Amino acid sequence: MTAIAHRSSPVAIALQRCAKTFADGTRALEPLDLTINAGETIVFLGPSGCGKTTTLRIIAGLESPDAGGKVLFDDTDVTPLGIEKRNIGMVFQSYALFPNMSVAGNIAYGLTIRKRPRAEIAARVAEMLAMMRIEALADRSIDQLSGGQRQRVALARALAVRPRALLLDEPLTALDAKLRDSLRLEIDQLLRGLGITAVYVTHDQAEAMALGDRIVVMEHGRVAQVGRPRDIYQRPSTRFVAEFVGTMNRLSGSVQGGAFVTAGGRIPWPEAPAGASEVLFRPEDVSLVETGAHLDGTVAAAFFLGDRTRLFVQVGDGKPLVVETSARRDFQHGEAVGLNVDPRGLMAL
Amino acid sequence: MRDRGSLFYAQLAFALLVCAFLIAPVILSMLAGLTANYQVGIRSGLTWRWVGEVWSGYRETIFLSIGIALACLACTLVLGVPTAYVLAKRQGALARALEELLVMPVAVPGLATALALIVTYGGAGGFRTSWVFILVGHVLFTLPFMVRSVLAVLMAIDLRTLEEGAASLGASFRQRFFHVVLPNCRSGIVAGSLMVVTLSMGEFNMTWLLHTPLNKTLPVGLADAYASLRLEIASAYTLVFFLMIVPLLLLMQALSRPRPRKLRVEAE
Repeated sequence: MTAIAHRSSPVAIALQRCAKTFADGTRALEPLDLTINAGETIVFLGPSGCGKTTTLRIIAGLESPDAGGKVLFDDTDVTPLGIEKRNIGMVFQSYALFPNMSVAGNIAYGLTIRKRPRAEIAARVAEMLAMMRIEALADRSIDQLSGGQRQRVALARALAVRPRALLLDEPLTALDAKLRDSLRLEIDQLLRGLGITAVYVTHDQAEAMALGDRIVVMEHGRVAQVGRPRDIYQRPSTRFVAEFVGTMNRLSGSVQGGAFVTAGGRIPWPEAPAGASEVLFRPEDVSLVETGAHLDGTVAAAFFLGDRTRLFVQVGDGKPLVVETSARRDFQHGEAVGLNVDPRGLMAL
Repeated sequence: MRDRGSLFYAQLAFALLVCAFLIAPVILSMLAGLTANYQVGIRSGLTWRWVGEVWSGYRETIFLSIGIALACLACTLVLGVPTAYVLAKRQGALARALEELLVMPVAVPGLATALALIVTYGGAGGFRTSWVFILVGHVLFTLPFMVRSVLAVLMAIDLRTLEEGAASLGASFRQRFFHVVLPNCRSGIVAGSLMVVTLSMGEFNMTWLLHTPLNKTLPVGLADAYASLRLEIASAYTLVFFLMIVPLLLLMQALSRPRPRKLRVEAE
C-alpha cells in the first residue's frame, strides 16, 4: 500500500473519567482515564464484554459517557458532539458498506456529504482506490466483493474524508486466518505511513502485539495494564494479563535458598521474591535438556507444527507445561523429558 | 440435459392443473364480457358493446378507485415507512405491542371497521359524503401491509451499523434516512406498495358501507352491475378492471426496479 500525505493533522485523544452504565443498570465501563498521543496506534485488547468496544464507541461519539466523563480531541471537549460532527473515520467488523452504492459511491459518500466539488471527489476516490489497490473494483456493487475486498473498501471510505483519527472495531475478525495476516500487515503499513491517530479494538492478542504502539488490556470494564507490546508480554502486571496475552506456564511450590522448589524439581531463581508460592514463565524460556534438568516431567501430548513441536509436559500434578522445541524427532506419549527454565523469564504475580 | 424423472412430470402436471383451475374462470369471465348473448354462448358472436356500456355507465367508479388507490399508497408510504423504521429501531415491548396492534384492522372484519368509522364520524356531513371517508378506511386496512413488508426488510439488514457507518462519514439523521435507510428497504417498499394498491383497488367489504351513491368505487359498482344488470355487463366490468390494474401494477414494478447507481455527487 502506498502511503499518501495525510493532510489533516492527527489529533491527540484524552478520556477523562469516562464510565458507561447501560439503561438496564449494567456497568460496561468503570471510570477510565487515558491519553492517546497524536499519531499513535493504540490497541484495546480483551475478551468479549471487557468494555473495549464501549470505549471505542465513546471515543467515536456513538455512545456518550456517564455524567462527569469527558472526551477531548486535542484540547477541545467533544463530549456533547455526535459522531457525525467529530470528523473521525470508522471501520466496522461487519464493514457497514452501503449496498445501494457502488464501491466508488461508498468511498465518495463522506466527501459528498461535505459538499466537496465534483472534480475533487473524483480525484480523491481515484487516489483511495489506488492506495488500497482496488482500482478494478470501482464500479462493482458491494455484494460482488469478497470479505477482504470489503474491508479494503471500508478502509478507503473511512480514510477518504481525511479524518482526524481512525477507529477500527475488530476489522479483521470476520476474515479467515490467512487473509487476516496479510491485511494486518497492510493495515500496519497504512497506519504508519499516514501517521494518523488510530484506535484499534481486538480480542486477538497477536493482532494487538503486531499493530499497537501501545496496548490497553481490559478486563471486566477496567484497564488491567497499559504499555508497549513488549512490556505487556514480558512484564505483565496482573495474572489476567499474563495469561490473556500469549501462553503462560504456571507451577506452584515455594522459594528455598535461591531456588523455586516444586513437585517436579527445583528451578534456580536468584531474584526470587520472598514468599512466592507460584512461578510463571513463557514456553520460549523452557528448553529440553538431556542432563542436569531443573524439572523432570512426562510428555502428555505432542503436536508437530512443522517448524517446531509443541509439547504438553506433565510436571507434578498441576496443569501440563507448554514447551516448544525444534528438535527433529518424534515424541512419544508418556516419554520422560528433562526441562531447563531460563531464570530471566521467571515471574511471580 | 439430464433425464427428468416421472416425479418432475407429475409435479409439472399438477402445477399446470392448478394454474388452469385459477386462470380458467378469469378467461371465461372475460370472454363472457365480450359475448353478444351469454345465454346463447360464444356462437352469438363477440362484441365491444358491453365494454362500452360499462365505460359510459361506470367510468367514474374506475377513476375513483384508481384515485383512492394512489392516495392510499401515498398515505401508507408517508405513514408506514417511518413507522416501520421506528419499529425496527425500537426493540422494546411497547414497539412489539404496537406492531401487533397495527394488524388489528386486518383481523377485524371490514364491515366492523366501517361501522365503527360511521358511528364515530358519520355525523361529520362533508367528511362522511366525501371520497376521503373511503380513503381513511382503506388506509386503516392497508397500512399494516406496508409496515410489515418494510419492517421485514429493515430487520434483515444491519440497520444500526449501516446508519452508524453513514454517521461516521458525517451524515445527519436526514441524510442517513434518505441516502441509506430508504434505498436499502426499497424491495420492502415496492412489495408493500403493490400490496396496498391491489388491496385498495379490490376492497369491497368496508367500501360497501362507507360509500355514498355519488362515491362508488369499482368493486362496489361491480356488485351493483352483478345484482341489477346483465351478466355480460358485469363480466365486461371485470375485463375493464383487469385492463386497468394489470398495466398499473406492471408500471409500478418497472418504476421500482433498482438501477445501477452511478457515483452521486450532489449533496441531498
